[in-house]
Amino acid sequence: MLKVKGLNVAYGGVQALWDVSIEAGEGEIVALLGANGAGKTTLLNAITGVIPALSGEAEFEGRRIDGMKSAELTEWGIAYLPEGGRLFPDMTIRENLEMGAFPRRMWRERAKRLRDVYAMFPKLREREKQLARTMSGGEQQMLAMGRGMMSNPRLCLFDELSYGLAPIMVDEVFGIVRSLRERGITVLMVEQNAYQTLELADRAYVLENGRVTLGGTSAELLGDDYVRKSYLGL
Amino acid sequence: MGNPGLRLDMKKSVPFAIVAAALAAVAFLPRFASAYSVVFCSSVIMYAALSLSYAMFSGPTGYVSLATAAFFGVGIYTSAFFGKSLPLPALMIAGGVFSSVIAFAVGAITLRLRGVYFTIFTFGLVELLKHFVLWTETTFAGTRGRTVASFGSVTVFYCMLALLTALLLAAFLLRRSRVGKALSAIGESEDAAAHIGINTTAVKLLAFSLSSFAMGAAGAVMATRWAYIDPGIAFNSLMSFMPALMAIFGGTDRLLGPVAGAIVFAALEEQLITRFPSLYMIIFGAIMIAAILFMPSGVTGLIRRRPAKRKEDVPVGDS
Repeated sequence: MLKVKGLNVAYGGVQALWDVSIEAGEGEIVALLGANGAGKTTLLNAITGVIPALSGEAEFEGRRIDGMKSAELTEWGIAYLPEGGRLFPDMTIRENLEMGAFPRRMWRERAKRLRDVYAMFPKLREREKQLARTMSGGEQQMLAMGRGMMSNPRLCLFDELSYGLAPIMVDEVFGIVRSLRERGITVLMVEQNAYQTLELADRAYVLENGRVTLGGTSAELLGDDYVRKSYLGL
Repeated sequence: MGNPGLRLDMKKSVPFAIVAAALAAVAFLPRFASAYSVVFCSSVIMYAALSLSYAMFSGPTGYVSLATAAFFGVGIYTSAFFGKSLPLPALMIAGGVFSSVIAFAVGAITLRLRGVYFTIFTFGLVELLKHFVLWTETTFAGTRGRTVASFGSVTVFYCMLALLTALLLAAFLLRRSRVGKALSAIGESEDAAAHIGINTTAVKLLAFSLSSFAMGAAGAVMATRWAYIDPGIAFNSLMSFMPALMAIFGGTDRLLGPVAGAIVFAALEEQLITRFPSLYMIIFGAIMIAAILFMPSGVTGLIRRRPAKRKEDVPVGDS
């Protein structure tokens, strides 16, 4: 499904990623763990072509995606949620969601997609006429996820879904990620919240100073001494 | 807002019927009104059309364009060149097409600019075209100005009214369309819009060319009323500022906002210019400042129906 091979990325002469290779299979939840500045967000940005890579490639369903524009990514079934979600603050919840189905082919089906998304997020339906700016941080994160789902993606890239959320909202948001797996959607998620993420994910990679230093199933990483000491604080 | 398709429910068809009735009533004006009223109304309708076409692009996107005078001028010169060989409706279409083509070319380069840089460039475009036309006219035609064929004030009136009607319809349809929603999304957050797969440059380009079509068409009509034009008359930067100010005054959230702004301002201009010719611009400026301070969403913004607007002091991203 998603294959990233030998990715090297630099920002203004400073190399941020070194020969990064990761994979995510269909319907799998794969997590990227690491400290601040380890290169997690850079990796998502390089995969989605937001920043160009020096070398290496990212492919999804056998198609190169690293040079694609965001409009093409959406059409090829990829939803990328950057940190903070980037909503349209003065649009209603419903309008925000509808914009998620912008590509022409999906626009015609937006009523159907909207029903589908409302079924996943009943809270959004109750408040569909409310402006996005009036929602709490957790609700905004839900809306951002819902908007991503409007394009009916097969691959979701999530950057710090749990950032700044109350613990109860983190549980709720992670519960939604779990439900995506049941729908066969592949998830690649960047997180700092290592323990909860490893409980949710199937597999995980650890990024340190721009390199993948560890990779394995969540159970393996939860049992790894180094991970326990450095990331779980055990 | 959210209904898919073009279904009109009762609540929405009432303002629709009122606008249609008002346009129809205005259409009977030349039958009983004085010649002066017809000429004055043509000016009001012209301002309404310019202001509405300005608001079509700049309203939702927040990109302030001061290129209105440039496209208006292109329309004027279309009539100056072809006025003696083509009927007025054909001149309008030609003026619109030329304006759109120029808007497309200019937009393709400048719509990558954001904020004030875009505004400055569009303003520069007016001066650029003015001097380019002046240079070509003096160099190749050996003249400074041109006379334009006249079609009579009633023809001008009906052509303007037809233009405004078509424009209202086009703006209404655009607003409900997929592209219209994308324009609002760009105004809300251009990064977010690009992110969810909107080709922001293409959408802006389309709307910018579309709005300049009406500006060119309006210029083609007005030129025939002026009889003589030169680059200074045709590319008058006041024609960039007035429609923008009218739209801001009337409010760009509603279609009728720019129209209301144009009616108020044109009437005001007529009164002030005849009564206080030396103070006119000062009074005008004071009214504008007051309008921006006390009616940030314009006249139509005062009659707002949007729900859930009360909690708007809660900032985004606060949990």
